[in-house]
Amino acid sequence: MAAKSDLPQGTLDLLILKVVALGPVHGYAIAQRLQQVSRDVVQVPQGSLYPALHRLENRGLLAADWKETETGREAKFYRLTRKGKAQLETEAASWQRLTEAVGLILKLSEGGAQ
Amino acid sequence: MNWWHRLSHRKQMEEQLEKEMRFHLDQHAAELIAQGHHPEEARRQARLALGGPEQVKENCRDARGTRWLVDLWQDFRYAARTLRQRPGFTAVSALTLALGIGASTAIFSVVNPILFEPLPYPHAGRIAMIWDTFQGSRSDVTFHTYRELAARSRSFDAMAVMQACHLTMSRAAQPERFEGQSVSAGYFGALAVAPALGRDFQPSDDRFQGPHVIVLSDALWRRRFGGDGAIVGRQIPLDGDLYTVIGVMPKGFEDVLAPSAEFWVPMQYDAANAANFETQEWGHHLHMLGRLRPGVGIDRARRELNEIAAAPAREFPRASWAALKYGLIVNSLQGEIIRGVKPVLLAVVGAVVLLLLIASVNVTNLLLARGAQRRGEFSMRAALGAARPRLVRQMLTESLLLALLGGALGMVVAQLGVDALVALSPAGLPRAGAVIVNGAVFAFAFGVTALAGIAVGLIPALQVSRGDLVAGIQQGSRRTAGGRHLTRRTLVVSEVALAIVLLVSAGLLYRSLERLFAVPPGFDAAHLLAMQLQYNGHRYDADSARYRFLAQALEAVRRVPGVGSAAFTSLLPLSGDRNDTYGASFEDRRSYDTFRYVATPGYCQTMGIALRRGRLLDEHDAAGAPLAVLIGESLARSQFPGQDPVGRRMHVGGGNGPWYTIVGVVGDVKQGSLADSQANAVYITPTQSWFADDAMSLVVRARGDVAMLAPAIKNAMWSVDKHQPIVRVATMDALLARSESQRRFAMIVFEAFALVALLLAATGVYGVLSGNVTERMREIGVRSALGASRGDILALVVRQGLSLTSLGVAIGLMGAAAASRALVTLLFGVSRLDPVTYLGVIALAAGVSAIACWVPAWRAARVDPAITLRAE
Repeated sequence: MAAKSDLPQGTLDLLILKVVALGPVHGYAIAQRLQQVSRDVVQVPQGSLYPALHRLENRGLLAADWKETETGREAKFYRLTRKGKAQLETEAASWQRLTEAVGLILKLSEGGAQ
Repeated sequence: MNWWHRLSHRKQMEEQLEKEMRFHLDQHAAELIAQGHHPEEARRQARLALGGPEQVKENCRDARGTRWLVDLWQDFRYAARTLRQRPGFTAVSALTLALGIGASTAIFSVVNPILFEPLPYPHAGRIAMIWDTFQGSRSDVTFHTYRELAARSRSFDAMAVMQACHLTMSRAAQPERFEGQSVSAGYFGALAVAPALGRDFQPSDDRFQGPHVIVLSDALWRRRFGGDGAIVGRQIPLDGDLYTVIGVMPKGFEDVLAPSAEFWVPMQYDAANAANFETQEWGHHLHMLGRLRPGVGIDRARRELNEIAAAPAREFPRASWAALKYGLIVNSLQGEIIRGVKPVLLAVVGAVVLLLLIASVNVTNLLLARGAQRRGEFSMRAALGAARPRLVRQMLTESLLLALLGGALGMVVAQLGVDALVALSPAGLPRAGAVIVNGAVFAFAFGVTALAGIAVGLIPALQVSRGDLVAGIQQGSRRTAGGRHLTRRTLVVSEVALAIVLLVSAGLLYRSLERLFAVPPGFDAAHLLAMQLQYNGHRYDADSARYRFLAQALEAVRRVPGVGSAAFTSLLPLSGDRNDTYGASFEDRRSYDTFRYVATPGYCQTMGIALRRGRLLDEHDAAGAPLAVLIGESLARSQFPGQDPVGRRMHVGGGNGPWYTIVGVVGDVKQGSLADSQANAVYITPTQSWFADDAMSLVVRARGDVAMLAPAIKNAMWSVDKHQPIVRVATMDALLARSESQRRFAMIVFEAFALVALLLAATGVYGVLSGNVTERMREIGVRSALGASRGDILALVVRQGLSLTSLGVAIGLMGAAAASRALVTLLFGVSRLDPVTYLGVIALAAGVSAIACWVPAWRAARVDPAITLRAE
């Protein structure tokens, strides 16, 4: 269980940007989608989701509009700004590089143990 | 979205945040219900998953980055609310600060242009003033000394001389006399200021018997000539001549050596005939200026001029009284201008610094006391999660708000203070016209305000947030109050000490003035009126016309009902007139500086000057009769020790004149100021003088209120000549008071400040004691339950208060003894360690602090042990 909430620093922002990139979406749906897509491995503590959303909005990476949901209620829908899109690309790339590098190192230490 | 937008849409944003959270919770709950949970349970779980909506919202606000601003606004509103809730505390603190800030701003406004701002001329630091010297003190230069120095020195770009000059506008409905300066051609060049209209003087204007030309001040040009743009070239009738206007000075031009000058005319002295020592060109009556060449320091110029003084040249003969034997004094113009007032102004600055300190200490003390009362509140907030920096910031906001309030009120106090100071300012305060509350002063006040706020706010803020806050909530917090009390006691002791320094200074000044006014001026000032007139126009070119006017005017004035006696004198005691002195010599042919009073017979009787020996001057001492002179007592004592001077001979006004016979000795009269050490005096009648003075002062002794007679007396003189300007109408009582206006000014400022300081210190003592009594209620209750009488309790509190006061007084007395060094030049007839003053101040401080102690002591003595003990 502990692994679920142990999101590395800064990862939450990246995940949110990625989910929002798929199309305008409200906060609750983001939480749901993160959980579903990661097959419950990534369980975003909902308490940190909203501050993160507001921070990203404040930095101009996300924009928000109030729209009706299918059930007819008004909700705050977040969408990616152009700046957010660029940020997502660079962060995703650097994440990719980082995980590859970490993977390589981990393999190396396994090899050393054998 | 900028921060302002965020702040202004705060409410909308809060609503949206709330809506977003609610949506989230509802969605989650709905899903859980769909999964089969009970609605209540579903909502509980949703809230749990989110982790406390309020906490999340708080984090969201933080994430937005406007938190500090929102907090600031909140702090500000909270501070305003708490200050409003305690109007007494707020009023006392804000008023205390306002007094400190306002007083320092006012004093700074007055002192700044005089002491610190450069004079209003380009490169003003290069303007020097040059004096001849006589027995080590400054003396005006003669015209030929100026000529010699200007010709021989190489250190100056320009040199100039000037003297006061009066011209009367003839052909006007009522004769108006203007004050101005008669200057050498280079005067404006030395100041580096050019006329705004027309031209500056040229050497061709300033030659012997040259053309009548005049430069007007902006004020005179506007007042009398309606700001006529075509004034240059116009001729205006002055003193029976037509003067051609050649220029108008710029609006902002200040003649710092003659602030009331409204015109300038060329001096037109005779540069030839230097070998004839009997001319006015050899009189010591000119002020001299020079503009240093760029790169030449004042020290170099001083050395050069003194080398010239020590080495006479053949082509520049020197009179014996202008031989420059004692060297020259060369100093910056700024230094010379402020020389006389510097001690007073610096003393006043010192006083206001003390006052500001006391005010700050007092407010700190008030805030500390309040911090103690609010310890519980702050502890509670800390327990609820407020961080220490947040608490400190809250307190700082409060004290800053208080300081701003005090600052705003202080500006009002400053404006009133500046007006009062200018109204009170001693006669001859230089640059009084330049005193205004200006931008720099406002910045100064604001700086002081902010500093006071932070300084005052920091101590309680740190104290409250220090240590175990939880203990603060508990009842037993009294036990932790020791450190705070030490701080407060220290502050009260320093307050008392500072107040003592001010009180002693004020006391010393008061005693000096008392001593001064006890000095007999040598005449009876009561019921005496004086006014000055100046002969106007060519009709008085002949001396005989002047004598005729004096006789007729006296006759007319004596006929005015209520007038007892009247006389004219060339030199009026304590009038502040330039104190021309003349040489006098006896059989030994050495020259002595004396005041020369040319007075009509009856002058000594009118003034009430005592006759010591011989007789006074009378109608028989007229032209053609043997020359008669009265001498002052101290001259008689120094010249004829143990002998009778009556019947001896002397020269008056230089060694080449005729012999006068001393016919009497009269009492000494203070000429310049009551503080003057006695100066030599001689009295002769106008018709026996070797020249007729240009201006004479009338003195009138009345039987009743003399000021009421002024209009009738003026009319009597105008009945003889309606073109005669009459100026400087004043009672001798007023002149007497004015002659000590500098000391009086310092004394009033010190007294006002000392009074405020005493009040503040008393509130400080009162505040500490009464806070202490409140906190010790229980102990006092126990004491009286155990049998302590009311007297014991009273003594307990009073003793505590008096121990604070006496420590403060002791420190203050030492401080005062040290500080009084700065006052020495202002004291007269009292030692700076005058025991009467010090004892008086101790008594006063003891009395006031006894009152401050009595109220809390009385309250303590009334404590009912039953009630206090039951309350535990």
